[in-house]
Amino acid sequence: MTSSEDQALSGAIFEESALLTVKDLSRMCAVDERHIVEFVEEGVLNVVEVNAVEWHFTGAALRRARRALRLERDLEINLAGIALALELMEEVERLRRELQARR
Amino acid sequence: MEFKDYYKVMGVARDATEAQIKQAYRKLARKYHPDVSKEKDAEARFKEVGEAYEVLKSPEKRAAYDQLGKGPRPGEDFRPPPDWGAGFEFSGAGARDSDYSDFFEALFGARARAGADNRRGGFHPGRGEDHHAKVLLDLDATLHGGTRQLSLRVPEIDAEGRLVSKERVLNVQVPKGILPGQHIRLAGQGARPPGEGTPGDLFIEVEFQPHPLYRIDGRDLYLELPVAPWEAALGATVKTPTPNGTVDLKIPPGSHAGTKLRLKGRGIPASPPGDFYVILQIALPPADDDKAKAAYAAMAAALPFNPRANLGV
Repeated sequence: MTSSEDQALSGAIFEESALLTVKDLSRMCAVDERHIVEFVEEGVLNVVEVNAVEWHFTGAALRRARRALRLERDLEINLAGIALALELMEEVERLRRELQARR
Repeated sequence: MEFKDYYKVMGVARDATEAQIKQAYRKLARKYHPDVSKEKDAEARFKEVGEAYEVLKSPEKRAAYDQLGKGPRPGEDFRPPPDWGAGFEFSGAGARDSDYSDFFEALFGARARAGADNRRGGFHPGRGEDHHAKVLLDLDATLHGGTRQLSLRVPEIDAEGRLVSKERVLNVQVPKGILPGQHIRLAGQGARPPGEGTPGDLFIEVEFQPHPLYRIDGRDLYLELPVAPWEAALGATVKTPTPNGTVDLKIPPGSHAGTKLRLKGRGIPASPPGDFYVILQIALPPADDDKAKAAYAAMAAALPFNPRANLGV
């Protein structure tokens, strides 16, 4: 089945919208809120400001959280390993860009 | 439907132990994981390996699969026997997003799906699940905005309760200034909840196709601009392409290869906007006739220049 809508849909750039809560991320990634909390505790996700009332994340946390969940599910890496893998992957991406710039 | 040799996919013997299968999977999964791998067909290979492992790691599914293996040869047309699956109970834990092969769906489809979502949390009553997709756009889409037709693979539950992926074509107004790795959020375009309730959202992650002229780095754009030796040495005003049309760029005297010139705010129009960088390259005129050779010789005679001075020779 192919459904096509003639009217163009317009959406906002998600990352520019308001800050996310644990509940938002849990819904967007379809995982338990507890799982998101574990991500924060193990340094996989960073909280914007450690507010006494509630944690907040920037929109960029969505991509990071989904990537972490894929690594966890597909490669069965534990949380400390995921935090390390994400940092190394970001480092590799940065170095690749730099390498490209020097070519 | 083609018979799939899961043992071959995993590179293990038919009598491999569970430990050997797990080991083979770990290696292949790391090699082909789309987040990690730079192999060209990584995503397809990763799915194939995941599917093979899904079957071979489970004693029930492996036993059922081995029974079939006695029938047709790999690559031959395959049809599951009518009583297939009788006596096997599939737990179906750990199902992935979608996109199993037809072969897998025919064997384990309906059964494997039942209860597949047990493990997943984040259930919100009355609200459909959010969907995620990834698209590759042309750079022009973010520079100027505009509508693009996007073709997405969307998971859906069919009449028999199986998870299948369907094609969905959407016309989407791309927000001007979106950066690589960011998402377009389309409210209400995700899954519909069973019964009454609000549908979830659709998140489209954006990446850009390589541009013939400009290199993208976050919100900044880079252009390698060839200049003649005298333009770099004496300074010049040269025509330069930018995303907003040709501009006259002033090359300062004494420039060299690698000199970086910044046009502030002329990168991707995000907030704040990125910059446009011009990296100079020195292009040498060919010395292919007497006049050109004489010009080079005159320069050699006139300039006491040792380009290898800092190599100590």
